Amino acid sequence: MSAYNFAYLDEQTKRMIRRALLKAIAIPGYQVPFASREMPMPYGWGTGGVQVTAACLTPEDRLKVIDQGADDTTNAISIRKFFETTAGVETTERTGEATVIQTRHRIPEAPLGDDQILVYQVPIPEPLRFLEPRETETRRMHALEEYGLMHVKLYEDIARHGAIATSYAYPVKVEGRYVMDPSPIPKFDNPKLESAAIQLFGAGREQRIYAIPPHTRVVSLDFEDHPFVASKADHACDLCGAEQSYLDEVIVDDAGGRMFVCSDTDFCATRQAEGHRGRFSPEAAE
Amino acid sequence: MRDDVLTGGFSDAPVQSARAFRAALDALARPGRIVTLSGGAAPAPLSTAAATLLLTLCDGETPLYLAPGHDAPQVRDWVAFHIGAPIVGPGEAMFALGRWAALGRLDHYPVGTPDYPDRSATLIVELDRLAADGARLTGPGIATEARLSLPETAAFEVNRTRFPLGLDFFFTAGTALAALPRTTRVEAG
Ligand SMILES: [Zn+2]
Repeated sequence: MSAYNFAYLDEQTKRMIRRALLKAIAIPGYQVPFASREMPMPYGWGTGGVQVTAACLTPEDRLKVIDQGADDTTNAISIRKFFETTAGVETTERTGEATVIQTRHRIPEAPLGDDQILVYQVPIPEPLRFLEPRETETRRMHALEEYGLMHVKLYEDIARHGAIATSYAYPVKVEGRYVMDPSPIPKFDNPKLESAAIQLFGAGREQRIYAIPPHTRVVSLDFEDHPFVASKADHACDLCGAEQSYLDEVIVDDAGGRMFVCSDTDFCATRQAEGHRGRFSPEAAE
Repeated sequence: MRDDVLTGGFSDAPVQSARAFRAALDALARPGRIVTLSGGAAPAPLSTAAATLLLTLCDGETPLYLAPGHDAPQVRDWVAFHIGAPIVGPGEAMFALGRWAALGRLDHYPVGTPDYPDRSATLIVELDRLAADGARLTGPGIATEARLSLPETAAFEVNRTRFPLGLDFFFTAGTALAALPRTTRVEAG
């Protein structure tokens, strides 16, 4: 016998999280309170996402963990190791082979299928928090669909900057009812929130779980005269040449040389393996 | 105490409940999809799927209503031994179990509050058969449309109009399980 339960959490805790997940699916975009447990990792490491993943995993799953699109950061590797050890699941870096994907700050570029679950790590689940710090008040605002202030804030952006300045955690309305924080994904990813996969969001410190079922309407808040645009850097990937992927800017030498590369490392590697090339690909650079 | 009261729990609870939950999540996230749920066995008249779902989701923190027909001494004993859920009336229930007619009027169950719509009952409805025919389902979780052999349509449509308040349903027949969240639009087939 091992010293810990399957997927680390005790059965009673998993039942509580599972009940919260089912209500979250039944009320898309609504934040269900849950009693978050201490996890053997700091809060910044996505303890909410880890608890949701723990409640969902079966021994048959194949888990992928990404941090800002990358499989090889310390955070992603630690979480993958944690579940390899505690749940005995296989892990993968291939988006298409994963049945459960835990993510921080990105949605994979490749469209997800209806046999996949995407679990988001969420730091601040409440999209109205910056307008109203009191939880009782934000809960009331959601109950009454009082989202006018949210639109005012976005419109002030337009007045000040000529465009909506929010580029991460861009608020969405789910199935025409709840305004939801999609976690700090770039707004480029917002259109992918309408997916065939089950999307689950876990906030550990703030003890909230919410969800978007498959095939659910998700609309980024905008205005008729300033429609939402899922913008990205106006470059192609310098390694794989992709023109429609989200890019990270990377400093490549002491002289300030820069390149743009896909933030989704599996997407980029897959394209390179298929023979796609970018400006700085090894062959092209010779 | 009858023998079947002491048996029928999970032999490997962490793994069996994990598999059962994934099937239930899949069913609720994709209304109309019929999944298989097994591993639990309770005294009659509980189906395998209903017994497995109770073992997976219920415990001492989830007040349970047993509708007439399911409220039998051996069922109460089984629930007390394996689950520990307090048996309550429909007005206090977090979960309710029974046949459709026995569950009675839906407005007797908690539908949540505007601040906490999640504080609503989940009904487990035992059916003789469960098939992808009959009522037409549309809404979140459904790409185009789905069909499900529901016992009726009007009550579910009334339930949907109360969104975000409302009840959520699991349907069980043998080892088959399907689900209907409050968001699903239900029309006669
Ligand atoms: Zn690339």
